[in-house]
Amino acid sequence: MAGRIGPVARVAGGAAAVLVAALTLGTLVAVAMRAEDAPQLGPADFAAIRFTMLQATLSALFSVALAIPVARALARRSFPGRGLLVTLLGAPFILPVIVAVLGLLAVFGRNGLISQGLMLLGFEPVHIYGLHGVVLAHVFFNLPLATRLILQGWLAIPAERFRLAASLGLSPRDVARTLEWPMLRAVLPGAALVIFLICTTSFAVALALGGGPRGTTVELAIYQAFRFEFDLGSAALLSLIQFAICATAALAVWWVDLPAGFGGGLGRVTERWAISGPGLRALDALAIGLAALFLLTPLAMIVAEGIPRLADLPASVISATGRSFAVALSAAVLTIVLALSLATLALGTRGWKTGAVEALAVLSIAVSPLVIGTGLFLVIYPFADPISLALPITALVNALMSLPFAYRALAPALAEAETVHGRLADSLGMRGWARLKHLILPRLMRPLGFAAGLAAALSMGDLGVIALFANPEQATLPMEMYGLMASFRMEQASSAALLLLVCSMGLFWVFDRGGRVRAAT
Amino acid sequence: MTSRLTRSVAKEDIMRLPVMTAGLLALAAPAMAQDQPVLRVLTYDSFVTDWGPGPQIEEAFEATCGCDLQLVGAGDGAALLARAKLEGERSEADVILGLDTNLTADAAETGLFAPHGIDPSGLDLPIAWDDPLFVPYDWGYFAFVHDTALEDVPGSLAELAESDVSVIIQDPRTSTPGLGLLMWAEAVFGAESEAWWQAMADNILTVTKGWSEAYGLFLDGEADMVLSYTTSPAYHLISEDDPTKAAAAFSEGHYLQVEVAGKLAASDQPELADDFLEFMLSDAFQSIIPTTNWMYPAKVPEEGLPEGFDTLIEPEDALLYPAEEADEAREDALAKWLAALAR
Repeated sequence: MAGRIGPVARVAGGAAAVLVAALTLGTLVAVAMRAEDAPQLGPADFAAIRFTMLQATLSALFSVALAIPVARALARRSFPGRGLLVTLLGAPFILPVIVAVLGLLAVFGRNGLISQGLMLLGFEPVHIYGLHGVVLAHVFFNLPLATRLILQGWLAIPAERFRLAASLGLSPRDVARTLEWPMLRAVLPGAALVIFLICTTSFAVALALGGGPRGTTVELAIYQAFRFEFDLGSAALLSLIQFAICATAALAVWWVDLPAGFGGGLGRVTERWAISGPGLRALDALAIGLAALFLLTPLAMIVAEGIPRLADLPASVISATGRSFAVALSAAVLTIVLALSLATLALGTRGWKTGAVEALAVLSIAVSPLVIGTGLFLVIYPFADPISLALPITALVNALMSLPFAYRALAPALAEAETVHGRLADSLGMRGWARLKHLILPRLMRPLGFAAGLAAALSMGDLGVIALFANPEQATLPMEMYGLMASFRMEQASSAALLLLVCSMGLFWVFDRGGRVRAAT
Repeated sequence: MTSRLTRSVAKEDIMRLPVMTAGLLALAAPAMAQDQPVLRVLTYDSFVTDWGPGPQIEEAFEATCGCDLQLVGAGDGAALLARAKLEGERSEADVILGLDTNLTADAAETGLFAPHGIDPSGLDLPIAWDDPLFVPYDWGYFAFVHDTALEDVPGSLAELAESDVSVIIQDPRTSTPGLGLLMWAEAVFGAESEAWWQAMADNILTVTKGWSEAYGLFLDGEADMVLSYTTSPAYHLISEDDPTKAAAAFSEGHYLQVEVAGKLAASDQPELADDFLEFMLSDAFQSIIPTTNWMYPAKVPEEGLPEGFDTLIEPEDALLYPAEEADEAREDALAKWLAALAR
């Protein structure tokens, strides 16, 4: 295999590896050096660490606990629209966080549906700001993920076992004890840890719903040290803490052996017996109905409230949309180039080197965007104006964040193309660009479209490192939208949110669809 | 500062057309004003809104300066200093407008500001002014504003903390009113201020980044009181003919705010910047302030204060730390604030 990769590919792969290592490990070194002369941690910093752990733990527990009945219902019932619902469970992954937050405000906020209903009945309205608001938003994002992971566990139980259980006359309770509980025991820790890891790097949710010092995550505290006080020492120290938290959680995820993520095979329903009682039927319908209501109402509110003013959005929103498209498309291109270069390099190396390249490709899962942002700022600041580089830096960090997913989509397809057609290409002397153009790319259209769509959509909706660097004049669409929200111009914010939603989903759809169509021809 | 009032109030009619037009004009502006020097003034968001002082001041200054005055909004007052530090000498801004005396010592220490060289005599401030770097343009007293329908209005900071009145305050790290309350509590309670903040924790509904967010939430009925100014009710009275908003008089006295502007040393338009600071104390500028920024003018214009300002409460005791002391007290006070509210 090693012979097949040409010098250009080797250089490209090496450059990609160096860039990724510099962005993840290099920025960490910069942060660590700066953190040496930081002031000591104060009570507020400890409070931020406590809050980060607490909200991530609660978010993981609630997401997983609520996902169990939903996954069970989806596993054993077939109904019209089930396939669509399972597909929709994957959508929150590319849903811009700040859009979801606005949707949740429209349902659970002080002027939201639930508060208005309560007030009609003479009760006090509910408040969303604080710990419960942050956890609510995290459950919104992670309930679908948990459901998919647990559903996979359910569907992995062979149908024969359920048949055997039925022939032995086991009650649903016995089935739960003998078949379902052991499966859950194997699946739940991994699912909970993944959600815990995702929630530890929460920034936009805490920014919008934290409600003050009581609801500050470490990631948010980094931003505050930076933008509120321009205290780089504290920002660096907090970044190190954030890295320690993420790395520990990521190692734990590795260790418990995560159930495979976005695999197929969720389409079928295991045939089941002894579950046709009206009680169980109602229970399952309730679980699915409530979950769908919880997940779809906030999005429906965005659409309903966003449409009326969509035609006359302020000029600042329009120009922010242009900037966001530029960032999203750059991030998509960069993600693909990095992922392909690393995947090619991994194919051309052996032993520990292959492992190192693969580890590098997924390393950014364990590094938070604001830690990288802080490190980049520290590195760039002495030489150039980081603020003027806000948009390129955002595209770069966004690309890095999408890299693990793009790599996982592309690497197996690349390996397969090389295995199947590589020898023929070798014998024809196809190398370099010709090989890429005629052999590799046509066979990678589907994963390429998916990976580019994912990267573009994630970047389009990202509100993280841009908040650290940009000034209002350079705002991206999510940042502009947050600005409208923060000044309580909710109608305009809803329209901007709808625009953002359409752009994110649209980018994903166009790329993903494009990949499929090209692959089919 | 209190033009932020108008911003929140007018949020229902966002005036899209003017904004759109302004956006288009901004795009076209570089072409039209190519041969004119540009003066960039960094200020808080509410200053540059259509209903804030920005548009009138821009028009008045451009009528005489032969320049293009660009007022750029960059968050609330305290965030301006963080941005100035972050940009350092690379900043494209020439003037920063919207700091107050709690921040001037820290700002002076950065070495980013240049002396203004203006003779500060004839000012109508409640304090003497001799800062060589910063020029005051308006002032006011911080106060908690409430609807007159509120019963049992607290008469002091201490009573407020003991009551179950809900309040919205601003983050002292980003907002000058938020920082003002921090200093107010220090001035009144000294070593006991952390205990006061702990007692306040259950009264504080939320902490916002800036003044306008807080005032917007208050007008939406989210809380009983909001941290603002004794002059805030004048907006409701004069602009909306609405006498139902009042500022609560507190027996411990009210903390004073003097808002200032300063010239950046790295400015490429130092003369224009000087002209602007000079212009700030002219009648043209000062007569715009009371009914757009809703603060007391630093130099009362010839026509005097607008009608309606005479109805405002006037604190018997004005509290204010001198700039250096405020700077020294700030870090410690902030740590106490964070510790008390982070629980």
